[in-house]
Amino acid sequence: MSSNDASAAPVQRAKTTGLHKGDIVPGVAKVDPIIIADGIRRTFGGLTAVNVDHVEIPRNAITALIGPNGAGKTTLFNLLTGFDKPDEGKWTFDGHSLAGMGAHKVAGLGQVRTFQLTKALGLLTVLENMKLGAKDQIGENIFRAMIPSLWRKQEAEIEERAIVLLKKFKLDTKSSDFAASLSGGQRKLLEMARALMSQPTLVMLDEPMAGVNPALTQSLLDHILDLKEEGMTVLFVEHDMHMVRHIADWVIVMAEGQVVAEGPPDEVMKNQAVIDAYLGSHQDVDLGIVTGRIEGELNTEAIELAAEVKHLDENIANRKETGK
Amino acid sequence: MDILQILSNTGSSLIAPATIGYALAALGLAMHFGFTGLLNMGMAAFMAIGAYGYAISILTFGFPWWGGMLVGVGGSLVFALILGIPTLRLRGDYLAIVTIAAAEVVRLLFLTTTFDKYTGSADGLSGYHESFRAFNPIPDGTYGFGPWEYNANGWWVRIFGITILALAAFILWAVMRSPWGRVIKGIREDEDAVRALGKNVFSYKLQSLMLGGVFGAMGGIIYALPASVNPGVYVTSLTFFVYTALLLGGAATIFGPIIGSVIFWGVQTLLSNLLPAMVNVGLLPFMTTTQSQTVRFILVGVALMLLVIYRPQGILGNKKELTFVK
Repeated sequence: MSSNDASAAPVQRAKTTGLHKGDIVPGVAKVDPIIIADGIRRTFGGLTAVNVDHVEIPRNAITALIGPNGAGKTTLFNLLTGFDKPDEGKWTFDGHSLAGMGAHKVAGLGQVRTFQLTKALGLLTVLENMKLGAKDQIGENIFRAMIPSLWRKQEAEIEERAIVLLKKFKLDTKSSDFAASLSGGQRKLLEMARALMSQPTLVMLDEPMAGVNPALTQSLLDHILDLKEEGMTVLFVEHDMHMVRHIADWVIVMAEGQVVAEGPPDEVMKNQAVIDAYLGSHQDVDLGIVTGRIEGELNTEAIELAAEVKHLDENIANRKETGK
Repeated sequence: MDILQILSNTGSSLIAPATIGYALAALGLAMHFGFTGLLNMGMAAFMAIGAYGYAISILTFGFPWWGGMLVGVGGSLVFALILGIPTLRLRGDYLAIVTIAAAEVVRLLFLTTTFDKYTGSADGLSGYHESFRAFNPIPDGTYGFGPWEYNANGWWVRIFGITILALAAFILWAVMRSPWGRVIKGIREDEDAVRALGKNVFSYKLQSLMLGGVFGAMGGIIYALPASVNPGVYVTSLTFFVYTALLLGGAATIFGPIIGSVIFWGVQTLLSNLLPAMVNVGLLPFMTTTQSQTVRFILVGVALMLLVIYRPQGILGNKKELTFVK
């Protein structure tokens, strides 16, 4: 999308396009979907948290899931990863039906997730955190665990892989520290690196940027873009619209449990339904500038968008409606 | 006041079968609580099942001593399954409540007169020593020196107990340094994170409950091995005493539970000998000898509180690795 974007940074990577088939409407079919979900409903008492008729997640692309607080994004995440069970509905991942499958089995198929509230295992060292991420470890069986000669070789391989990843995420100097001693941003990095230890095909990130300082934001963004280059699919929930615009190839917008719009980021953000549902008044600063990735002032597009949003805000205020 | 006798009794308690039994049960709790984070408050039930399983299968069914031990251990595995399958999905504090209740159910089942024929109800069981003593390789006589002077049967029980304890400590050490142990510690920290990495958390918790339960059952057997099975032993406060020993030594360590049990019993024996002696010579004029026996349990409670507040990691533990405040 952004080949003609004046603000594109020198290192801006090409977006993946042509992901969908036919007209772009909510629930549009994808050329090569990795997740296909049908009729997923989850209610908490009288509240319908998620009510998705049909949605497909494109393979080997970065898909953003956005929406206001309470839109059901995290609930949908929990459902897709087996951490919660829907009232009804079925979905497939890579051709495997996942309905009713436990979280650990879902992860075993190559669909790994992170959490909104970072779950670094505080009283394990950083290296132990990483090693825990590796799949199919021989020594994780209690009987084989007692015979080190069975698992020592694999353990060495896992450690090697962990150290490479830690270097990439700039955590290698911390490898023997307890994870509890890391800063919030470093824990986010650790959680992501640990997820990658399982060599997943789909990485699901729940608010990867929440609480991360701008200096780290840039490297996190690059890591997410790297995942796509390495052939993985990324699905993430995020509130930071600039991040979404910068790295997402496809955006799915949820509101009140339903998919209200989807499409490439630039088009989605012009969609009236999206603006109504979601976009707030903080669209006036470009993330690239915030993070020091791009020099210069705001591009016209951003200014236009800011004006548009401001106008809408006024309308909303006039109508005394609150979009939360 | 016979200082020498008091010190001798104290010294003897350091390797008493009760101490070894506590150490085994504390190792089981280290597995459950220290490494896996399962707040099992029903360790007394595992010990009771071990002891009764051993005694009943010998007395009622005529099993040899090793058969009785297998029954005790097998019973604890079955109990771990029955206890674990419905409760391991519960959060930590609920698990504590359910395990206390389950332990009481087990104790009352052994105490009720309905099964008097097998369990001896309030009288407990005794007279099951023949088979175990027949296997004693030590020739008759008295061995040892100072406070540690026992007859052949006394040594046989102690050597057997210490061997089992060493084996249990080795098994715990071996599994905890392995990738299995890493998953277990991960579960203690955050089970959802471990689940998200594709590990079957429920199965690991059940395995931990079973392994620790086997240690507890062996502890119960060793405790009952030299004398009798007494239903008054397997009360909830037994679990608390074992926790005291565990926390004293260090909950997330291998040798901590053993050292903790030795210190716990050493201090208990010292106080139970010293306090009445002090009352008798008029050093504690405000209490009777009976009261002084109760005072030592008050002191255990105070010690447990002080430990949890000021040294939660125990004697051997790493302050960073185990604290109650995260």
